[in-house]
Formats: sequence, structure tokens, C-alpha cells
Amino acid sequence: MSAATIVTLPDQSTARIPRMNFLTKENGLLSWLLTGDHKRIATLYLISITFFFFIGGSLAALIRMELLTPQTDLMAADTYNKVFSMHGLIMVFFFLVPSVPATLGNFLMPMMVGAKDLALPKINLLSWYLYIIAGGLMIYTMAAGGVDTGWTFTTPLSTHYLNTNVVPAVLAVFIAGFSSIFTGLNFIVTIHKMRCPGMTWFRLPLFVWSNYAASILMVLGTPVLAITLVLVALEHLAHIGVFDPTYGGDPLLFQHLFWFYSHPAVYIMILPGFGVISEVVSTFSRKRVFGYTAVAFSSVAIAVFGFFVWAHHMFIMGISNYAALVFSLLTMLVAVPSAIKIFNWAFTLYKGSITFETPMLYSIGFMGLFTIGGMTGVFLGSTGTDIHLTETYFVVAHFHFVMVGGMLMAFLSGIHFWWPKWTGRMYPEKISQFAAVTTYIGFNLTFFPQFILGMLGMPRRYAAYPPEFQVLNVFSTAGATVLGVGYLLPVLYLTWSLKYGAIAGNNPWQATGLEWQTQSPPLTENFPETPIMDHEAYDYEWLERQQAREVASVG
Amino acid sequence: MTTEAEAHATEHHIVSPKLYLGIFAALLVLTATTVAASYVDLYVFNVVVALAIAVLKASLVVLFFMHVKYSPKLTKLTVISGLFIFLGLLSMTLADYMSRAWGRW
Amino acid sequence: MSDSTTVANGEMADAPDARVETHAAHPPYQRHHFESVAQQFDATNFAMWLFLLTEIMFFGGLFTAYLIMRNWYYPAFVEGSHHLSIFWGTSNTAVLITSSFTMAMGVWCAQMRRKGGLVLCLSLTLFLGFVFLCIKGIEWHGEWVDQHVPGLRFTDVDFLHPSMDAEVYKEYQDAPLAPGMAQKTEQYFFLYFAMTGMHALHMVVGISILIFMLFRAIQGAYTEGHFTYVENFGLYWHFVDIIWIFLFPLLYLVSRHAK
Repeated sequence: MSAATIVTLPDQSTARIPRMNFLTKENGLLSWLLTGDHKRIATLYLISITFFFFIGGSLAALIRMELLTPQTDLMAADTYNKVFSMHGLIMVFFFLVPSVPATLGNFLMPMMVGAKDLALPKINLLSWYLYIIAGGLMIYTMAAGGVDTGWTFTTPLSTHYLNTNVVPAVLAVFIAGFSSIFTGLNFIVTIHKMRCPGMTWFRLPLFVWSNYAASILMVLGTPVLAITLVLVALEHLAHIGVFDPTYGGDPLLFQHLFWFYSHPAVYIMILPGFGVISEVVSTFSRKRVFGYTAVAFSSVAIAVFGFFVWAHHMFIMGISNYAALVFSLLTMLVAVPSAIKIFNWAFTLYKGSITFETPMLYSIGFMGLFTIGGMTGVFLGSTGTDIHLTETYFVVAHFHFVMVGGMLMAFLSGIHFWWPKWTGRMYPEKISQFAAVTTYIGFNLTFFPQFILGMLGMPRRYAAYPPEFQVLNVFSTAGATVLGVGYLLPVLYLTWSLKYGAIAGNNPWQATGLEWQTQSPPLTENFPETPIMDHEAYDYEWLERQQAREVASVG
Repeated sequence: MTTEAEAHATEHHIVSPKLYLGIFAALLVLTATTVAASYVDLYVFNVVVALAIAVLKASLVVLFFMHVKYSPKLTKLTVISGLFIFLGLLSMTLADYMSRAWGRW
Repeated sequence: MSDSTTVANGEMADAPDARVETHAAHPPYQRHHFESVAQQFDATNFAMWLFLLTEIMFFGGLFTAYLIMRNWYYPAFVEGSHHLSIFWGTSNTAVLITSSFTMAMGVWCAQMRRKGGLVLCLSLTLFLGFVFLCIKGIEWHGEWVDQHVPGLRFTDVDFLHPSMDAEVYKEYQDAPLAPGMAQKTEQYFFLYFAMTGMHALHMVVGISILIFMLFRAIQGAYTEGHFTYVENFGLYWHFVDIIWIFLFPLLYLVSRHAK
């Protein structure tokens, strides 16, 4: 890595973590469990979603181990079905959906708009409790034997057969959905109503814009999933309903309603990640994000288009050819705002003073992997190629490139980027750079072979496969091992850094956001006094002037 | 404290009880109308009339009881976006069902 | 949404001095993270609207399912709906509209700081809410007696031999349905129970909050210039009313003359 760095830390011999901050304000378990402080709730969320990430990750490890050999030797086929279903459910609803919004978003949103807290602190806490209740139910489901319907609860599989725990799983997702609705609702209200003086819409950091777009999707999409799952549960219990063909229902109706949420859910997962990348790319190339307005509006455009493309998940399910045509066309439209973002980040890098600290490494990884994930999405959105590729490992690779290569990279980038703000201490740089590179290599080794497997026709969701696919599967499993190391490392060194990391000071990255202008870790009410936004977002010259003035006044 | 609260209260348009009473009467009349209309055989238009009256009633409730008529643009936008997305769900789903078998229903 | 009078005193106590001063200038119902009462009102009001937005989509899924299924099994849905009582449905609509009116008046009383009026309006709303649920209960009981409860107690004999239910037959002269279609009336009643059940659940939630609000109103909580809570609850109550305004024609009325 380049030796150049923008990190400026205070003199370590004299620097201290501020005595008064949101972590030290009150002590005791109750002060955490009854807190209204968005930063503490974010911390609670961070711990919880890390827990669920590692449960989901262990399940992924089991899947990869089973797929090491063509036979079903590690577990029986029905166990395998349960393992990948639980992996999907936990990763989607308990990690990806809340990942950036509920942790980084909760932590940063009020600070970025210059407010003391989110608009509805109690609703925010309620959202965490709902998450925990839902998580508990999901753990119960797993302990009781799991579900084997896939994370999509495909009917009639989920309504017709009584041997799995569909009802607790559905209930868990239902409750988790309301947790996410409340987070989204809180963000929208905060962004509309809690901005500090001078903070106009086009001075908001892009992180706020993309979370705003994701919040709209959460608020409008999630309830449709909720009512669909209620109907599934009722159908499962009463043996009559609208989804199961044996009762006269229509499984495609379920698919319509389910994907009406679950396609926008993909954007719920990825949009906040876009926000992180915008912040990080700008900070580490010392330039205003190229085409700020375009990037801001492309988030909203993705949110709006995202609602009208859902049937591209259903091309082979027997929907009408005419509808498939329309949905395919609309799907292509979503590629446009996504590409706008990628191009704008690339132009931000162009002629910037780029440094390669860990958050930047993750972000660059994101840009590469997300581009591949997005482009393969175009293949899948075309009705013709979709018929060949869907329900194969090509799809698995595609959404893992977007979700893991994209979202998880962005999440880790953001965690590293704001870690000094959150804890007041730096993470160790060298080992974290190593972790970022390991993740990148491990990820490509795991999922790239799956594109080829899918092209060759290996179907997803089977425990066994023909022996000629083994070589690529061995690559994939080997890559998963590397990836596992890449994910374990941050947990270790970030925990280590809580006590031994270097004192970060207010603004180790020389970043421009309002959150960097206050102490680290911040006060409970974020700012000593209500800030006034008197400059554009990402104005590095403003920052220099500000620092020059401080030096002058101190001198 | 009181002055601030008062200033705050006057910011909001307070709908007069008379208007509320008028809306209430209109809603009852419309309910009677929709029930009466259902007793007349209007062929396909029974559905149209019933839904039109329901939309009218709902609009009255939203505009006056829920004060949207006097609310900021943001509130109006929120209501409209809800309707827009709901109609999106409905129409795009129907687009599939209807074109699956042109003319059969 | 959040109860504004419970400003955390502990948090105020150890805030830096400068903050204490500004806190002291706040009315007691202003929560500490808002800059002004107006901001607090705007924020919570907007939040309530967003919540109602999610509710639109929540019921939207049900309405979509109803639309598709009604078109698929049109004769079954028509004859199924003939077994609902238009009398009770209309009464319930009137009850709910009246409760919406009393709720709106309650908001007006809170705005005008009339404590007695507010308590009266809330009590009336609460009472009418109970009446609605009772009537709904009577209807559901009727369906139980007629064996029209899908999954629990259902038979399609009324649709295979419509003349067996003399009262309904006298009014509609329904033709017997083919066995396959008669079975599909269970779909109609499934959606009927899902929709009215979800609506009733919202009523129960509303009534619980109303009881809480009534106690607070008697203590004079909402008539000191801070009516946000009443206003926002009113929005919720009217929304539940609107859902019924659509459920009523769709479930009871539109199929009266359809064959």
C-alpha cells in the first residue's frame, strides 16, 4: 500500500478520550436497555447484527462444506434445505436489511443533519426491541428444526406441508419487518423535520440521501410483505387461503405480493451502502463527489423504479409474456441510475489525491464487485437469458456479488470509516488493510466460480450435484474459507482497538461532514450547540479555512 | 410558555364544528345513497357507483376530518404517494393477470 | 406517538449548563431533542402520516388479493356476499362514521382547550368503537352459526342448494353453484375474515389507546395547548374509518345484483 495517508491523529502522549461522551454518560445495563440515544441504540444494533451475521455465516460455512463433494455426505438433503433457508432468512432479514441503516444510519443520521437525536427516540428503541424479539423467534425456529422453504417462503411449499416451522419463521420476519418500518419512518421524519439551520436538501451528505431513498422503500414496501406473510400463516393454520392451488388459490399471487416487497428490499439493502461509498470515496480522494445532484437523485430514482420491476423474479413462473416484456424493460431502466452512481464515483477518483486507508480499500472493492453484480443483473433482467440462467448458481453468484461483494463491503468500509468517531479510537491500520484484501480475494474465489457453474447449468438449492462440477465447487469452498478469515479478523482487531487503539481525535480523516466537527465519541446530544451549516457538502476548502482559523485563534 | 403554545395553536387551521357537522351529514347521506344504489340493478355500474361513492367519502374524511386540505404540501404528497404506490401494485399485478389470457376475463 | 410530558429529568440534570437554561424555557411537553414545539408537532404529525402510508400498503395487499380472487371465482364471491347482512353492515358504517365525527370534534375541543368537551368526545368515540366491535361480533357469530367460517367450521351446502337458506333465497334467488365453484366460497369467506379481522384488530388497538387517552384527558393533559397526541390519534382513527368505507361496499354491496 502507498505510504501516503491523510490520517492526522492528535499527539498520543497528551490526547485523551473526552471524559463526557455518550458512552460514559450513564452506566449500568438499564441505562442501555432504556436509552433513547440514537448512538446507544446504534451500538445495541451493531452488537446484535454482528451476532446474527456470524450465525448466518456459520450456516454458509455448512453449505459450502456440504458442496465440497458431489454426494450428500455431510448432511441429508432435507437438512441442507433447512440450512440454506435459515442462512437466507437470517442474512436477509437480520443482517442485510438492518445492517447499514440501523447501525451506521442510526448513529450518523442525526449528526449529519445537525440534530440532537432522531425525531422519535422511543420508536427507535422500540424498533431495536422488535428486532430482538424477531431474532429470538428466528433462533427458536432454528432450534425447533428450521424451515425448508427457502427465504422466499414459496407457496404452496410453505402453506401445504406441516413438518417445518413456517409459522414462527413467518412471525419472526413479520416482526422484523416492523422493526425496519420504524427505522425507515424515523429517518424520513428526521431528514424532513430535524435539519439544522442552513442544512438545505442539497447540502445533505449523500449518505443521508441514499438512506432517505432506502427508508421510502422500507415504509412503502415492508407492509405488503407483512400482510402477505399474515396470509401465509393463516393459510398454513386454517388450510384455506389464496395462495395454495389445492385450495383454489394462486401461487403467482403470492409471488407478486412477495416480490413487491422483496425486490425493493434489494435496494433497501444496497442503497445505504451506496451512501457509505459516496462518503468514503470523497474523503479519500479529497474531492467533492462528482455530480452530487445526479448521485442524490439517482438514489431516489432507484427507489421509485425499484417498485415497478418486481416481476423479473417471476419470468419462468408463468406470468404473461406481455407483462414479462414490460417488467424486463423497466428492469433495464434501474441499471441507469446504478450506473450513474458508479460513473460518478469513478469521476470523483479521477485526478483526486487518493490514499488507500482501509475504508477506501473496501470501497474500491465494492465498486468492482458491485459493477460485476449489477452487470450480471442485466443478463438476468433480459427475459431470454433469464430462462437459461435463473434458478442456477448464476443467480446465486449475482446476488452475492451485490449483497456480499457490494453491501457487506460497504458495511465494513463504513464501520472502519466511522469507528474512530464511534469509539474515539483508531483500528489498527496494517492488519485491517490485510483483512480488506483477504476479503476481496476470498470473495472472488468463492463466488466467481459460481457464475461459471451457473452458465454450465448447475441448479441452486440442491445438496448434490454431478461430479463434473466438483472442481469449481472446491474453488468456491476454498474461497469461503479465506472469506471467513477476512470476516473474523475485523471482529478481533476492532474489539482489541476498543482498549488499545490510538486516540483518534475529532477528525482523523480530515472529512467535512458535520459528524466530524464534534468530539469523538460524541456527546449525548451530539453537538455542544446547534450547528449552523454554512457551506456545501464535501467542501474541503471550507475545512482548511476552518482549521487555519482554529490554529490562528489557539496560537 | 403560554404565548408560545398559543402562537403554535394558531398556526394550525382549526376547522369549525359547523363544517365537521356538514361533513358528517354528507358522509351519512352518501352511505345511504350507496346502500340505496346497491338495491337498483345497474349491471356493471353497481361496482363503479359503489367505489366512486367510497372514494368520495374517503376524500371527505381525508380532506376535512384529517385536515389534509389545510395541511402543508408534504402531507398532501405523503397521501398521494401512498395512493400512487398502491395503484402501482394493483395495476402492475393486474397487467400480468389480464394479459395472461387476453379477453378471457 | 411518544408521550411528550415524560421529559427525562435525569438527562436534563447533568447536561452542560448552557443546555439547562434552554431546557428551562421549554414548555413541559416539549421533548428535549426538538428545537421548538412547532418542530415537535410537525415531526410527530408527519410520522403519523408515514405510519398511515404503511397502513395503506398493508391493507393494499389484501385489497389486491381480493380483487384477483373475486375475478377468478366471480360466482362464488357473488353468492358468498349474499350471505352478509346489509342491515348490520350499514349500521356499522353509520356507527364508525359517527365515531369519526366525535373524534374530529374531540380534536377541536383539544385545540380550543375545552376539557369537558374533549372527555365527552373521547368517551363517545370509545363507546361507538365498542358498538362497532359488538355488531361485528354479532355478524361473525352469525357466520359461525351458518357454518361459514373457513378452516374451522365451513360447509358449502348453502351454495350447492341455495334454497336451504330460506331468508337469503327469498331475497336473491341464487342459482346453485357447481360443486367446484361452491367450494370457492370458502375463499370469499377467508378473505372476508382476513379483511374484517385485520380491520377489527386495528379497532382494538385504537380502543386501547383511546382508553389510555381518556384517562390522560380527564387529568387535563391535552387541553393545555398541547393537542398533538389527540390530533395524531385522530388521524389513525379516521384512517381505520376509511378502510371500512372501502370494505363495506366491496364485501357487502357490489355483488347484490351481480349474477
